[in-house]
Amino acid sequence: MSNISSSAAMADSSDSAQGIAKLSQQEIDAMRKESIRQNEKARRTKKARTAGRLVLNIVVAFVILLPLIYAVSIAFMPSSDLYTMNLNLIPKHPTLENFQQAVSKIPLLRFIFNSFLVAGLITLGQIISCSLAAFSFSFLKFKGKSVLFMLVMATMMVPGEATIISNYLTVGQWGWLNTYKVLIIPYLTSAMGIFLFRQFYQSFPISVYEAAKIDGCSNLRFIFTILMPLTKAAIGAMAVYTFINAWNMYMWPLLVTGDENMRTVQIGLSMLNSVDSQSITMMIAGVVLIILPSISIFIIGQKQLIRGMFSGAVKG
Amino acid sequence: MAAFEQVKKKVGPYCYIVPSAIIFGIFLFYPFVKTIYLSLFKTNKMGQAKLFVGLGNYKDLLTSDSFRNSLAVTAIFVVIVVIGGMLLGLIGAVLCNKSFPGIRFFSTAYALPMSIASSSAALIFRIMLDPTIGIVNKLLQSNINWLRDPKYALVSVAVLTAWLNSGINFLYFSAGLANIDEEIYERASIDGASSARQFFQLTLPGLRPIMFYTVVVNIIQAFQSFGQVKILTQGGPGEATNLIVYSIYRDAFFNFRFGSAAAESVVLFLIIMVLTLLMFKAEKKGGKAR
Repeated sequence: MSNISSSAAMADSSDSAQGIAKLSQQEIDAMRKESIRQNEKARRTKKARTAGRLVLNIVVAFVILLPLIYAVSIAFMPSSDLYTMNLNLIPKHPTLENFQQAVSKIPLLRFIFNSFLVAGLITLGQIISCSLAAFSFSFLKFKGKSVLFMLVMATMMVPGEATIISNYLTVGQWGWLNTYKVLIIPYLTSAMGIFLFRQFYQSFPISVYEAAKIDGCSNLRFIFTILMPLTKAAIGAMAVYTFINAWNMYMWPLLVTGDENMRTVQIGLSMLNSVDSQSITMMIAGVVLIILPSISIFIIGQKQLIRGMFSGAVKG
Repeated sequence: MAAFEQVKKKVGPYCYIVPSAIIFGIFLFYPFVKTIYLSLFKTNKMGQAKLFVGLGNYKDLLTSDSFRNSLAVTAIFVVIVVIGGMLLGLIGAVLCNKSFPGIRFFSTAYALPMSIASSSAALIFRIMLDPTIGIVNKLLQSNINWLRDPKYALVSVAVLTAWLNSGINFLYFSAGLANIDEEIYERASIDGASSARQFFQLTLPGLRPIMFYTVVVNIIQAFQSFGQVKILTQGGPGEATNLIVYSIYRDAFFNFRFGSAAAESVVLFLIIMVLTLLMFKAEKKGGKAR
């Protein structure tokens, strides 16, 4: 493609070169000046456009980021600065006191530990269970395969909110309330994950699998030592997506954890009923602390997440 | 030995599905059936089915003002969230369509809301929207009680949700824009088409394949909103923000009417099912177009 167009451009320029030869030196000079002027103009408009784009971006990004900027600012603000008529977007007397209080006055570290444990195990569990299922769906032949896969896909239609009452009643009967297992086990697989991994496995050369089989490699060994290491991109995307979702879970933990020791970050913080200014700044400092992990993971894993998302979900 | 190998070959493939199947079975298929079952009964406070009433719960729901209000409020909410969230995402995507210094920073900023929990965002918005200390009233120089005034409460919660969804919309639209051929823009600029005209005649039609998919994903997400309502308004003032999921929660855990809540869940499921089927259809169509 680029070859053709560049050779066409060459033919063009040699044509015009012949044309130019017939013109007088003066005319050539005038044309050269004109073209320089136009180039300059084009460059200037291009520069102006880029500057305009930059300004617009700064304005829009400021609006989008405003809630986060505001939260960070309040987190660093002494509570006495909160009640003012001025626009208090930048703390005048920045302090770390709110963070200290958030860590010492409420069991925030315990909440953070709970959330890391729950989100970490959910992520690990989903990667394993979804890899296994996706492997079977894309490498093995068995009866009812397409029906079973349809059934998995059909689960995407059932919103968690629609089954949450029955699930709550079930785990209540089992005496599972206020345990880690009730926060983790219901989330140990996902249709999205099976779909995403299968999508990646479909482009995995089947000959590699066959060669491994001939060498006497068991299926499980193939999955863990060959397939998974070679589809790291899918695992990365899945890990970022699952961890952030688990970290941000709200409704289920709200229902099944009454005990403060079992609360996750989202529940623990939103249970604080902050009325006075001191607890407001402390609560927002807590919010900043619990947003940090999910934002960091998102920024680090953004590229992989996007690549994974669009290899499966959108391109179909 | 050979027989064992054969059995292994036949049973083996299912073994890899078993872990997922168990979880789906216990926490998805079983509660799904149980929800439908419960929706046909009057229940006691423990959520046990006591009296079979057939479609009675559904009839009660459809004639109850509260549930009708809930559906209406949810519909308005969904419209605001979808339009607002998609607009925000689209603006970001169009602004980051061409390379410029700092594009990495700005595209991360536009995608960032997708990593934030609805509850965390709600806690921040509660302060932002506070009538006395909140920054929104200060910026607008207004004196509005955003969350207690029935006129503004629903819009406030919807704007927050639109903001949360704008991150993923930005990614969808960016992917959509990347699929539009650069050359048509170059040709259009040579023809002297203005930027606005280029946007409406080239960009928007170019986004068509991804537009429908994005709309449906947004609608589904909006229907499932809960945390922000629970934290900001508890369904109020009055029932102005009593979205369907919050209404399910309230029926089950405050009024202990599990049968009625189950019937509401089934209605929610039916709505989501229709929307998801539309999405799958759109995805197939989008795939063929490319």
